[in-house]
Amino acid sequence: MNSVPLFSGLQYSDATYLLAGAGHTLWLALWAIVLGTLLGFLMGWLRSVSRIGNAIIVVLVDVSRSIPLLIQLIVANAALAAFRYPLSPFACSAVVLTVYMASFCSEIYKGGFEAVPTNLQKAARSLGLSYLQAFASVSAPIMLRRTFASWIGIVLGVLKDTSLAAVIGYIELLRTSQIIVTRTQEPLLVLLIVGVFYFLLCYPIARLGAKVEKGLRQ
Amino acid sequence: MIEIKNVHKSYGDLNILKGVDMSVEKGEVVSIIGPSGSGKSTLLQCINGLEGISDGNIYVDGTDVFSRTTNLNALRANIGIVFQQYNMFPHLSVLDNATLALKIVKKLKRKEAEEIAHAQLKKVGLADKAKMSPSQLSGGQQQRLAIARALAMQPRYMLFDEVTAALDPQLVREVLDTLLMLSQDGMTMVLVTHEIAFAREVSSRVAFFDAGKIAEIGPAKQVIDSPRHERTQQFLSHQVH
Repeated sequence: MNSVPLFSGLQYSDATYLLAGAGHTLWLALWAIVLGTLLGFLMGWLRSVSRIGNAIIVVLVDVSRSIPLLIQLIVANAALAAFRYPLSPFACSAVVLTVYMASFCSEIYKGGFEAVPTNLQKAARSLGLSYLQAFASVSAPIMLRRTFASWIGIVLGVLKDTSLAAVIGYIELLRTSQIIVTRTQEPLLVLLIVGVFYFLLCYPIARLGAKVEKGLRQ
Repeated sequence: MIEIKNVHKSYGDLNILKGVDMSVEKGEVVSIIGPSGSGKSTLLQCINGLEGISDGNIYVDGTDVFSRTTNLNALRANIGIVFQQYNMFPHLSVLDNATLALKIVKKLKRKEAEEIAHAQLKKVGLADKAKMSPSQLSGGQQQRLAIARALAMQPRYMLFDEVTAALDPQLVREVLDTLLMLSQDGMTMVLVTHEIAFAREVSSRVAFFDAGKIAEIGPAKQVIDSPRHERTQQFLSHQVH
């Protein structure tokens, strides 16, 4: 009787499968980081200039920061389906991670905007710059430079948090590895390889961030 | 010409300016002296609309500063102001501090803006510091850069708000010499200052400010050497000339 083996060892094709998973992780992270930063910037600015704006946004920020991301993903996915507006696992993860990233960004950007001396804004206005011109050429660049290190920290966190998107069916790096583990029954080796993948994604960002920050300080 | 007419300003119950009248003719240097907290700096910042007023009018070359139809940004480009705290833009080099408004407000090309900025930096003795960061400059140099940054816009008027008050005594003179040079060039200037001797040296007229009003105004030597008002006499008797 011919028997089909239940388990098989690691194959070369697994490497390309893992690479594709890493690509999905990066793609999701990229969307969440870009949109989350833009939204967080807007929220941070609103929170720094308007008490009412701050009072409204802080509720969203507190909820987003206090509830584990895993629960947010499951609830958002289920709620969208319940309201007959289901999103793909990618789109749903991207939305949740964007709001999550924006919440953290709004916190550092609010503080950053408030830390820019009002005298600098005044000096820019005294030269004839409009509010928006002074904001774009003085307040915002100073704020972004001062908060850059914290922003890199958030980026690294979100990059790793993309692994939670697996729970609603997005096949990213960690989920890819789980699938391979199911077949090979070699969790340690596979997870080690995936750990190295995450390291290779995060380490250059951390180093580049440190380098850019050093440059900004000088 | 700057005309200040019956200007009042208050924050809630606190009256900062209580009916100020004065005018500054083209080419004139007018110094405002007086005790701290008397409203001198506030008045100065009202002239270019950085501070609002509660009542009265301020006209610059006939334009009502606080009229709804006035383009304040265009007006400010013609009135340079230098503050007590140098207010350098820390993320820009010395040169870029001086070219920023030229590029954004006057829409000049980089090369043109840099030519003007270099000329102004040279004028205040900072020609060799163009590529540095403002944080690498001394207080006196930063204040001279603030002057160059304002002059680069080629304003018709310059306002100076206690520009030497935050400086170490040995750095005061270099900034005052820059102001003196400007006055000799014929720049119309309004100075708020605690440097009484300098006010006497550079000003055509001196105004003594007390409790939100001008108590006395007249030719510099007369107000400082033989003040008529009792409060001016008291104030000046406590000053080291």
